[in-house]
Amino acid sequence: MMKQPLVQMRGIVKKFPGVVANDHVDLDLFAGEIHALLGENGSGKSTIMSILAGLYKPDAGEILVDGAPADFGSPRDAIDAGIGMVHQHFKLVEPFTVAQNIQLSERDGAFLLSDAAIRQEIKAFETRFGLAVDPDAPVWQLSVGEKQRVEIVRMLYRGSRVLILDEPTAVLTPQETAELFVNMKKMAAAGCAVVFITHKMNEVQEVADRVTVLRGGKVSGTMLCRDVHAQELVWLMVGREIVLNAERCASGQCGGEILSMKNVSALNDSGRPGLSDLALSLRAGQIFGIAGVAGNGQKELAEVLTGLRRTETGSIQFLGENVTGMSPSELIARGISYVPEDRLGMGLVPSLDAVENMLLKSYTHPEYSHGWLINRKAAEAKTAAVVQQYNVKLAGLSQPVRSMSGGNLQKLLLAREISEHPKLIIVVYPARGLDVGATESIHKLLMELRDQGAAILLVSEDLDELMKLSDRVGVMFGGQIVGNFPIEEVDLEEVGLLMMGLFRPKEERIHGDGR
Amino acid sequence: MAMAVKLEKRLNPSAAMNVIVPLVSVLAAFVVGAIFLTLTDRDPLEVYTAMFKGALGSQYGLAETVVKAIPLMLCALGISAAFRMQLWNIGAEGQFYMGAFAASYLPLTYPQLPIWLMLPGMALLGCFGGGLWGLAPAMLRARWKVNEIITTLMFNYVAILWVDFLVYGPWKDPKGFNFPLTAKFPASAALPTFGDSRIHVGLIIAVVLAAVFWVVFEKSRWGFEIKVIGASEQAARYAGMNIRRNIYWVMLLSGAVCGLAGMAEVSGIVGRLQPNLSPGYGYTAIIVAWLSKLHPAAILLVSILFGALQVGGFFVQTMGVPASVAAMLQGAVLFFVVGGEFLTQYRFVSSRKEVA
Amino acid sequence: MGEQAFYIAILSSAVIAGTPILYAALGELVTERAGVTNLGVEGMMLIGAVSGFMAAIVTGNSWIGFAAAMLAGGAMGLIHAVLTVSLRANQVVSGLALTLFGTGLSGYLGKSYIGIPVAEPFRGVSLPLLGDIPLLGPVLFRHDVLIYLSWAIVLALWFFLSRTRAGLNLQAIGENPGAADSLGIPVFSLRYFYVIVGGMLCGAGGAYLSLASAPSWLENMTAGRGWIAVALVIFALWKPGRALVGSYLFGGIDALGFHLQAAGVHVSHFFLQMLPYLFTIAVLTIVMARRGGRLAAPGSLGIPYDREQR
Repeated sequence: MMKQPLVQMRGIVKKFPGVVANDHVDLDLFAGEIHALLGENGSGKSTIMSILAGLYKPDAGEILVDGAPADFGSPRDAIDAGIGMVHQHFKLVEPFTVAQNIQLSERDGAFLLSDAAIRQEIKAFETRFGLAVDPDAPVWQLSVGEKQRVEIVRMLYRGSRVLILDEPTAVLTPQETAELFVNMKKMAAAGCAVVFITHKMNEVQEVADRVTVLRGGKVSGTMLCRDVHAQELVWLMVGREIVLNAERCASGQCGGEILSMKNVSALNDSGRPGLSDLALSLRAGQIFGIAGVAGNGQKELAEVLTGLRRTETGSIQFLGENVTGMSPSELIARGISYVPEDRLGMGLVPSLDAVENMLLKSYTHPEYSHGWLINRKAAEAKTAAVVQQYNVKLAGLSQPVRSMSGGNLQKLLLAREISEHPKLIIVVYPARGLDVGATESIHKLLMELRDQGAAILLVSEDLDELMKLSDRVGVMFGGQIVGNFPIEEVDLEEVGLLMMGLFRPKEERIHGDGR
Repeated sequence: MAMAVKLEKRLNPSAAMNVIVPLVSVLAAFVVGAIFLTLTDRDPLEVYTAMFKGALGSQYGLAETVVKAIPLMLCALGISAAFRMQLWNIGAEGQFYMGAFAASYLPLTYPQLPIWLMLPGMALLGCFGGGLWGLAPAMLRARWKVNEIITTLMFNYVAILWVDFLVYGPWKDPKGFNFPLTAKFPASAALPTFGDSRIHVGLIIAVVLAAVFWVVFEKSRWGFEIKVIGASEQAARYAGMNIRRNIYWVMLLSGAVCGLAGMAEVSGIVGRLQPNLSPGYGYTAIIVAWLSKLHPAAILLVSILFGALQVGGFFVQTMGVPASVAAMLQGAVLFFVVGGEFLTQYRFVSSRKEVA
Repeated sequence: MGEQAFYIAILSSAVIAGTPILYAALGELVTERAGVTNLGVEGMMLIGAVSGFMAAIVTGNSWIGFAAAMLAGGAMGLIHAVLTVSLRANQVVSGLALTLFGTGLSGYLGKSYIGIPVAEPFRGVSLPLLGDIPLLGPVLFRHDVLIYLSWAIVLALWFFLSRTRAGLNLQAIGENPGAADSLGIPVFSLRYFYVIVGGMLCGAGGAYLSLASAPSWLENMTAGRGWIAVALVIFALWKPGRALVGSYLFGGIDALGFHLQAAGVHVSHFFLQMLPYLFTIAVLTIVMARRGGRLAAPGSLGIPYDREQR
């Protein structure tokens, strides 16, 4: 007979406007196990865990903790039942110190704050689990990996027995990931149930004891990890065969130099150095992948190239012309295109319809104007054509785009940028949050564009994506490109170390000539 | 089986609610007003009937309603231009006064000008005065992100004090028995009126302007820029739009139209510059603009309604009811519209809870 | 009048003129620290001023008046909380509605109270010993008890924000309500609470005008002080101590105009009256220019919190 599960979820249903995020989901969690929750984006993994953490209320179903029914009206109830979640977007108060953030979670703490007591507790976790954090550091100064540690310490601090980690490896370097897995095993050994949300098969097999696969909001299988093959998990997850580790589509030969950046420095949003002395060269028909932990200057690099951020020093040459300090509109006119990380809000305007979003950069073009008025008919025709060509699904051309799915938004955005025939396109986290199908079509679009001779700067935190698409890979750390390799010479171990700023390759590689 | 009502975000805002909410809001505001009237020992039905009759029950009342609606129309149009870009210009009152001041300069200094020079000149100066008063906070906002809500409001007080200074001081009519009034403008400085009423050409200007606004903001390339900037400043920058320049132009336009309202008031109604020119037109116009969802045609209609409120408020003073009853009702309308916006974004759905 | 007496008079009246702004600024500070912008301060002050005055006239007791003002301000805060926290309304427009409604309602209610004197207004009390200190005594320690109360509130608020758990929670719901919520801090009820407390302090600021510094009721008697308080919170970088200094600075500008005129300086009093408004614009511009447009504002200021936002 099996021991009683720590948590049982029975027939959970959760609907959001227009979608059923969870459709009668059942899930058992046992003390001492690492339980992987596998599924594509949009399969309902995060939703079911947000319900367990008391953040969402289920529309139907019940939750049992230690065999007794529990009704979570708020996160507080879930915390009291010993359930803690580390969200994908960390729930930390950035201006607060680590100690303050941990104190925030204290239940029934004293009215007055006590610094000494909290310091001692934090120390205790460091000795027990190897989770080292500096209690006095303000959170905004921490690296992503450190922030994650603060979150985990905070959960343990308030006595969580169920630890939910929502895609914890998505933002980590390979080395940080390995360290996290060691910590997860320690926590499970200490009697916690660890839930590990992911969409990466290899991680499931590396660390989890059991795995539950979700597809389209439903459980498509729960099994012991040692009994299962990766191919089987993929089938459960996607519902069809897909080829893993697709063949890299080698590029043709590169053309002439399109972009050259020398000694470029820029400030970040808080007025501190964001780029320092950055050098970069891009050729026609080349995909240059930028690897790196988010916040190491990727955003600043993209914005400097598109005129959205001021270049403090250095020069940018585009097609032989010095474009340093030009405005966004001047750079757009010269054929520099940008698919930003923030699709809905920067790349697209949520409250405007598809036609207006299509016009966003081209509303002054003569083909869409009657003098100073906009020719809506022409714009509609163009949008309809693009929507059909790129197979974008939308409710209607005159509906606000905010209700479209992430994949279709990205397709619409990319289609708009491609239809202007850019010579250089900067693409930031293009597949983030997309399901397998949408990711495939986005990748295909990028490769087609490359084959037409455009230079592509691809910023991604997904090394698999970079390896698949890039012709060269540069690693960003601290506002610089600290490593720059042709794809054949990329060593993932080395890239991981560079991403953490731990390793400097030989001097000539830093200033690789971009060939 | 348990029934539960829960809230759901609408995928797209409800069009029907856009019309229903403002209508219900006006009614609800009257209910709130009735509570306060009852609390202060007045019969709300009697007061409301008197207000209604006073504003709409006679030809004089109707004409006065339109007279009060004209400055509201112009100010609300001006405000709507800024609001479209999420620029919270609440300085219409001050821009109105500066427009009135600038327009008064011409008839007071060159009273002999012929009417065809005088009126366009005054209108131009009115736009200029109001426009500059709108441009100043725009520059602070564009250059240093200084909160335009506070600056436009502070400029209101400065403008009113400036006009006070003039009419109590240098511009005081020497033959005016020491009243704080300027000299009466010459006949050439008066906007033509319709028949015997006090309704002046400002009405036509407002209607034409509303039509122009509709074309510019709904159909033109510049209107598209304003729309994008208002919806997402980040996206506008990304698309290469010049935000700073548009802040200048929009606030200049916004202030100029409010200034024109001030010109129309001194020229069409008062015939001189004096203190307390406006019973808060600039503030009421904020409510009008919001209630109309910034739509030019709706602004014209809602202005008439609020003009009627204003006239009704004046009328019930004879019953001993303070005229601020109108201001109270207007504020309450805005409450309900703001709260009711919720219903355009969300809806209530009843969900049957399945018990496992 | 000696030169010293002149300066003492200015400084002392700076404290008095700054106090209504201080109360209102503290109210706005508490509200904004919880992540809610409140542009209804002016309306809340007017409602506080008129209801405090009416209650004081009816009961003959100014303390009851002061309490009534806080209650009325709190009621206005409640309206703002319903609109902005529960109904997620646009905070800017909701605040404007509060101001417009407050202006209208106070004018309506107070009409028959214009020109009536208060039986027992709050009057200056010289504190034993402290009041006798040369210079400092007359400037700081011969005031009415509401001024001493405001100092206590500044101190308490500073202590609350920096040393207590509840204060940490208050800052957390203003900085990152999503994080606070996931930790079980009740974001909605706390925002309600602090918006109401903020409204009460704004009401108190209004009552200071009608029961202590004026003491009488006049339509629109706040004359923009509520808006100055809003600006002051930005100048104060959301810190209670800086709000105190800032309030007295504005009080000083106010008092300076009055005393200059009394001293026979030949500037039109209309220009002197403009000073606080122009000063507000100038100070705000300097603060923003010095910080390059970046402010240490609470991270989620002005953004309604919606737990199931996807």
